[in-house]
Amino acid sequence: MTNVQSHYDVIIVGGGHNGLVCANYLAKSGRKVLILEANESLGGAATTREFADNYSISGCAHWLFQLSPKVASDLGLAKHGLKLAARNLNSIALAEDGNHITMKGDGVEGGGLSEKDQHAYQRFNYQMLKFSKLLAVAFERRAPKLLDNNLTDRMTLAKLGLGMKMLGKENMRDLLRLALINIYDVMEENFDNELLKAAICVDGVMGSYMGPRSPNTVFGYLYRRLGDVYGFKGPAVVEGGMGALGNALATSAMDRGVDIQTKARVGKINLSLDKVTGVTLTTGEDFHAKIVVSNADPKSTLEKLVGFKNLETGVVRRVSNIRMRGSAAKLHLALNGMPNFGGLTESQKGQRLLIAPSMNYIEQAFNSAKYGEYSIAPVLDISIPSVHDPSLAPAGAHVLSAIVQYAPHDLKGGWDSAREPFKNLVIERINQYAPGIKEQIVQSELLTPEDLEGEFNMTGGHWHHGEISLDQIMMMRPFPGASQYATSVSGLFLCGAGAHPGGGVMGLAGKNAAKEIIKWGKAA
Amino acid sequence: MKQHDETMLLATPFHSRIAKACEINQWDEWKGYTTPNAYTEVEQEYFAIRNSTGVFDLTPMMKYRIQGPDAENFLNRLVTRDIRKIKLGRVGYAVWCDEAGQVMDDGTIFHLGDNDYRLCAYTRVMDWLMWSAMGFDVSIVDETAEVAALAVQGPTSCSVLRSMGLEGIHNLKPFGLTDYPFGSGQLMVSRTGFTGDLGYELWVEPQNAEGLWDKLFSAGENLGIRPIGGAALEMARIEAGFLQAGVDFVPSEEAVRPGRSRSPFELGLDWLVSFDKPIFTGRKALRKEKELGSRYKFVYLDVEGNKPAEHSFILKGGKEIGTVTSAAWCPTAKSNIAFAQVESKYGKIGELLIAEIYYQRELQWTRVLANCRVIEGPIFNPPRRRQTPAPMF
Repeated sequence: MTNVQSHYDVIIVGGGHNGLVCANYLAKSGRKVLILEANESLGGAATTREFADNYSISGCAHWLFQLSPKVASDLGLAKHGLKLAARNLNSIALAEDGNHITMKGDGVEGGGLSEKDQHAYQRFNYQMLKFSKLLAVAFERRAPKLLDNNLTDRMTLAKLGLGMKMLGKENMRDLLRLALINIYDVMEENFDNELLKAAICVDGVMGSYMGPRSPNTVFGYLYRRLGDVYGFKGPAVVEGGMGALGNALATSAMDRGVDIQTKARVGKINLSLDKVTGVTLTTGEDFHAKIVVSNADPKSTLEKLVGFKNLETGVVRRVSNIRMRGSAAKLHLALNGMPNFGGLTESQKGQRLLIAPSMNYIEQAFNSAKYGEYSIAPVLDISIPSVHDPSLAPAGAHVLSAIVQYAPHDLKGGWDSAREPFKNLVIERINQYAPGIKEQIVQSELLTPEDLEGEFNMTGGHWHHGEISLDQIMMMRPFPGASQYATSVSGLFLCGAGAHPGGGVMGLAGKNAAKEIIKWGKAA
Repeated sequence: MKQHDETMLLATPFHSRIAKACEINQWDEWKGYTTPNAYTEVEQEYFAIRNSTGVFDLTPMMKYRIQGPDAENFLNRLVTRDIRKIKLGRVGYAVWCDEAGQVMDDGTIFHLGDNDYRLCAYTRVMDWLMWSAMGFDVSIVDETAEVAALAVQGPTSCSVLRSMGLEGIHNLKPFGLTDYPFGSGQLMVSRTGFTGDLGYELWVEPQNAEGLWDKLFSAGENLGIRPIGGAALEMARIEAGFLQAGVDFVPSEEAVRPGRSRSPFELGLDWLVSFDKPIFTGRKALRKEKELGSRYKFVYLDVEGNKPAEHSFILKGGKEIGTVTSAAWCPTAKSNIAFAQVESKYGKIGELLIAEIYYQRELQWTRVLANCRVIEGPIFNPPRRRQTPAPMF
């Protein structure tokens, strides 16, 4: 892409969105930065994929709902071409009989919901947002260490503590009580309507290897609702697909003088004893820098690129123990017309559509994954972005993208023979809600977690680069001893979703990491 | 022999012979094996080590066979010393640390062949070895039960082995290894031990254990050979200045309370730490310690009087500055020796300290404040320990 040199201040392994964000901030601070990206396109999981002639779709993440407004404005993303085709979309829990429930902003309607449930939803929503706001306090800065007597960290802890106090007695009690339990029980406490309960549950388990009854799912829900703190009243659709965000980040980086080389797969991070010296591409080409920042997940970075042999056993043990079992697959359909979802108006078809009729349905779908099988009746999060952005498909045609849970990464018997049957099963399932969609399909593809792992270089195909759960957040993310972006290898930093605060297209890991790297440079 | 699920304590392959020799039935438990604390009289057994030959069954010592293309690299990442300096056919002492630079255990590494090693350890360490093996192409096998071992220690030990028919054994250098055909298999002899004296360790397949015992004792009949138990060995090892895991330091994975484990520097094992070799576990922490200083210093003390300073506080100017971990009256050196850990600013060679010793005589406790002097090294260190060819009797 650019004329690259062999020596840089900082080399970033991987041009995912966090890598690009990090590069932007580092370049802004005056550092000479090189990004090496294995794929042809930039943005990582924020990517657009032409999976059939003239049909394009967001290849991994398909909603934008957590992008930090601070990052967006610091980097001038709008100026660099980021446009939202639609925002503040509703989530619609589909009912087979067409009696859907629509969650919009802080209200909920349809599905013959009782007044009690509607009130409960408002109350629940209000309380969850309070909790998410508190979480956001800790997310916009590095995770505090508990033992080092550091002023920055003490401030973060003090802010969190104060924030907790400010919640008031009732809310604080609830937070402490809810944080560790499961979303199933919380739903049972609050609501009567099964479809509504299930729809909320989906947000607690999306992208994770958990079912509604798994602990940590309330936290997963709060994590997802961070988007609301960042000004998203529901998901947004990026014009041109999520890849447009990757491009905006890349243009902004190049504007700041960052060199970017795509189709350059880093094979090795080079060390001299315990210090980073640079990287070597799989082609054998060497690049030198005293700082290497990895946007790859912590397992790939430390096991494959650094090599366990070059790390102390304690680190090896903690890295191997990171839980990252992907269980979400991605379905892409090229359709020759608008699918006919029963009971949905044309404009509703562009909203976020959920297929998860009951909490037990989700739990049963997860059961299969636990035993190494795919769900016979999977949970679906469906987007038809062409409703808002006609550029994604030929005139009158549409593209549909669905996140499909659960599809375990380590499927019993392997994915090769299972990919096609699973895809057909998922299409069959959608067909029950949108009769005739099967006949509208021009082309289809299903990306299993194994495919996502290969495509986006994420271990286990886990799009959060490690489960978002209380044992793996804050000072425990990505693993104890590496929580402030630096690793045990001097000069090696992590800036991806595996680092604090975690996955989702937020850009905060990249931004926070840059801050630490700039500080480190000063100390050295 | 009974398997572990059939008995509370395992017997070593020498058990039939040991049980017969153990006249006073004083048994100890050692890593799941029943082993004699003493056979007859501790002092007599001790003097056998120093004046003739003592034989100690060390089969329960944990033994791990490490093989494969990465065996050397694996061990070099495991231990703090540079393993490449332990040449083929040699044995080396080593410690390994956790990530905090705290000693997990010490042991000996036998370089048996190209990328073929045996690690002998006090603690069961398989779990840590397996974690440490991630990313390395090695196989690790616990061969504790597959190798029977005897330590043959003392001034006449070489003569005993010679008269047993081990040709040329006197030419084996300290920390050397050699093999002889024996019974249905092989006998490996290493010039190593835990007594600080001339001595050897003999390693055979279990089925040849009894044959080895019989042959050894008949060869040593006129050379003062005698089986020894744990108690006599304990005296000898203190006299020789050897650390005992679990006594002189708490293996770091067994330490429950923070700050109770020790680094190699704090155990006086600086010579076992090499920063000029590839990454090893504990390196980062040890570098930092080297820069910032250690918390403790390990010292040998020559204690006034004849009361062993067991578990004593060490005082300086009336202030408590450390504690004793091992202590004994050493009959050969005719000294009262103690190992102590003191705050790092104390303990310079020649420094005078006070040991606060408590002892009981007929139910009455007495407290003695004994002067003690920090000495350079172990008091017992006879030339025969290093001589090659080894002296004969």
